[in-house]
This record gives sequence, C-alpha cells and structure tokens, in this order.
Amino acid sequence: MIEFKNVSKWYDTFQVLKNCNTKVDKGEVVVVCGPSGSGKSTLIKCVNGLEPFQQGEIIVNGESVSANATNLNRLRSKIGMVFQSFELFPHMKVTDNINLAQIKVLGRSVEEATTKSMTLLKRVGLEEHAHKFPGQLSGGQQQRVAIARGLAMDPIAMLFDEPTSALDPEMINEVLDVMTGLAKEGMTMMVVTHEMGFAKRVAHRVIFMDYGEIVEDATTEDFFGKPRSERAVQFLSKILHH
Amino acid sequence: MFAGFDFDVIQRSVLYLFREGMTFTLTLTAMAMTGGIVFGTLLAMMRLSSYAILNVPAGAYVNLMRSLPLVLVIFWFYFLVPWIGGWIVGAGQPIQVGAFWSAVITFTMFEAAYYCEIMRAGIQSIARGQVWAGYALGLTYWQTMGKIVLPQAFRNMLPVLLTQTIILFQDTSLVYVISATDFLGAAVKVANRDYRLVEMYTFVAVVYFILSFTASYFVRWLQARFAVIR
Repeated sequence: MIEFKNVSKWYDTFQVLKNCNTKVDKGEVVVVCGPSGSGKSTLIKCVNGLEPFQQGEIIVNGESVSANATNLNRLRSKIGMVFQSFELFPHMKVTDNINLAQIKVLGRSVEEATTKSMTLLKRVGLEEHAHKFPGQLSGGQQQRVAIARGLAMDPIAMLFDEPTSALDPEMINEVLDVMTGLAKEGMTMMVVTHEMGFAKRVAHRVIFMDYGEIVEDATTEDFFGKPRSERAVQFLSKILHH
Repeated sequence: MFAGFDFDVIQRSVLYLFREGMTFTLTLTAMAMTGGIVFGTLLAMMRLSSYAILNVPAGAYVNLMRSLPLVLVIFWFYFLVPWIGGWIVGAGQPIQVGAFWSAVITFTMFEAAYYCEIMRAGIQSIARGQVWAGYALGLTYWQTMGKIVLPQAFRNMLPVLLTQTIILFQDTSLVYVISATDFLGAAVKVANRDYRLVEMYTFVAVVYFILSFTASYFVRWLQARFAVIR
C-alpha cells in the first residue's frame, strides 16, 4: 500500500532522512517511534507529499508521490492525516470542517456531506458538538473531530503524526480508543507516537528511527521482546521506565 | 469671540459639500479600498510565493510604491494613465481618463502596496499546519487559500485593514492636486468664493474628525464581533 524506496531528504546540507526503506501493507498498523528530531514526522509527511524529498521514491497505492504525472491533490484526498496540533479550521463549525473537502474535492452535495459528517461524529461520540466551533471543544474532542474529518474522505490509509502529544493525559485515551477501533476495522495506519502501550496493543509492526535512519523495522513482538540495536534498547528503557 | 465669523456659510453650502464633495470622497475611498485589498492580497500571495518570478516583481512594486510620496504618485499617474490606457487599447496616443478614474486607479495601486504588507503579515500569522491540513485533504492551493488561510488572515487583520482605510479616507483629500473636487476641495471652493476660510476649514475638520473617530470605534466593535474563537 505504502512503499518507501531509498528515501533521502536534506534541509540544505543537513540530512534528515537517510535511505529509508520500508513498507506498510494493506490493513497493517505500523507505529513509527524514536527520539525527537529523528525524522519520524518528516518521514510520515513525505507519504502525502507535504514534505518533498530529494532522493528515492514513495509508492502509494501504485502511484509515485514525487512523480510529475501523479495528481498529488487526488492522491492526498485518499490518505487521511491527523496532526499533533489538530489543525481544525478555527473559523468553521465542526460540521463545516468535515464537510469542506467532501464538497470541494469529492464533489459531494451539502446534504450528502452533512449526512456523512454526522455519521462520523456519532462514531467518535461528538454528534452533539456538531454546531460548535473547534475553539469551544477540548483537545481530545478536537482531535476526534480531526480523525472524523480524515475519515470523511473514505481514505485508503490514515497517517497519524503524534496525535496525542498535545493532549492532556486524561484525554489521550479517548483519542487512542478511536484509533484502536479503526485499526480493528482493518484500516491501514501509519502512526508516529510515543504511546508504547498503544503500539504494543494495536501495532503489527514498529519502526524505530534515530538520526534520520530506520534503525529497526520489526514485528511488534520482536521490537519489544528482543530489540536488535543498542539504540532501540536504550530508547525503550528510557520510554518504558520513566 | 466668534463675532467676526459667519457660520451661516456652512448651512448655505452643506448640501453641496455633501452631495458633491463627500460623495466623491466616499466613492473614491470605497473603490480604492476594495481594489486595493484585492490587488494587495494578490501581491501578498506573490510576495510569499517561493517562485522568484512572482515574489521579486511583487516585492519591487511594493517597495517602490511605499518609497514614493502619495502626491507625487497622484500627479505622475494622472499624466501616465492616459498613455498606458492608450497603449493597452492600442490607440497609439493618450486616451481621455477623467480625474475621478485617474484617482481611483492611483489610490488602488498605491494603497495595494500597504494592504499587501498587512495581508502578508496576516497570511504569515496562520500556522503552517493549517495549510498542511488543507493540502492533506486534497484541496488545491487556491482552495486552501480561499477557504482556510485568507478568511482567517482577513479576520486577524481586520482592525489594521480598516485603520489603513481610515488613513486612505483622509488621504483622498490630496486629489486637489489634479483638480478633482472631494469634500475638502468643495469646502475650499466655497471658502474662497465667500471668503469664509476659517469657518469652512473648521467645519471640514469637525466632519473628518467625527467620521474617522466613529469609524475607528466601529473597528473595535467589528473586531470583537468577528474574532475567531480559539
């Protein structure tokens, strides 16, 4: 579904991604972890072309992200993305946030879009907040709206870029629960997160990055049970026993 | 103290002052504001573009306009616009452009440079993630700008945009140099005709003060009304 082939990226002379190779199969949940600055957010933003890269190739659903022939807008509309800071549109009501791209990109009518939005809001438990503005919701609620906004496009895969990092601790679970539900339904997911409990419970595979490199790419069991690299061992000991 | 003054002149001329002068002033202000904000926003988008072919000319234009005195630009355009018009329609000679339209074009072009800088700051005040969120949903550059970035930038900058418009409103009085009759110009005509300079200038000052002050009060009200909930 998503395939990285020798992806390298530089900011001027500083290399942020070094020859990354991996892939995410259909229906697979892959967690990307690593210390901050390791390039995991950059890697996930390359998947839908928010960050350009200079070398290598990323194939999504058979199409190369960086190829000139690819209709990037159409490709992006098929990949949902959830951001650390939610990035709901603050000047629009919750329903309009979810409706916007359905109408503008998919060409759905206002009624169709609204029906879809309400179904998804119900699913994330927020139907009674449909007519509020994002600023009137808690962080956890905003992030659930953001997930609904992504799902409204009927995506073939969902990208999560540290979806719980900006949340107060008591709100983390409401977001993780929605994500767990999605994973159980077989959604293809790539998740950058520090929530190792979530990774253990939900992920099929874990990718560990450090200094722009994919250091480990293992099944969840192997990663937590017998990490191969010294760096992953260190990272795990820091993050699991704090 | 006011024994030597004749404030009746105001009453005698007030209809003319507003019907002729103020209409001109407000029409010019409204048109230059609309045109200036639209053109200025486009300039701001160009200045923020990563393509040199867009940001270099836009930057040069804005810096040029902001470095010139307004009176000079009014004069300069008054003589230049007929030639440019003639060149555009291919007439080979200057075409007739009245003082009013010359003023509209001048003020639009001049104010656009200032509105551009305001809108540029407004666009830059919107977090990069908002643009990412738009793109990630499959929206195009124009859709992202039109539906997500500009509405927020506009709201954030509304007070500054309107403050600039109040300045524009006052600056339109400079059209006297091309013999157009705005509110001040109309008052000056009456003042010279009836030799009532102090009375007319005082009256004009009071009117400008009331209008500008009311407008800035309105700005504060609007700001509270249209602020984005965060």
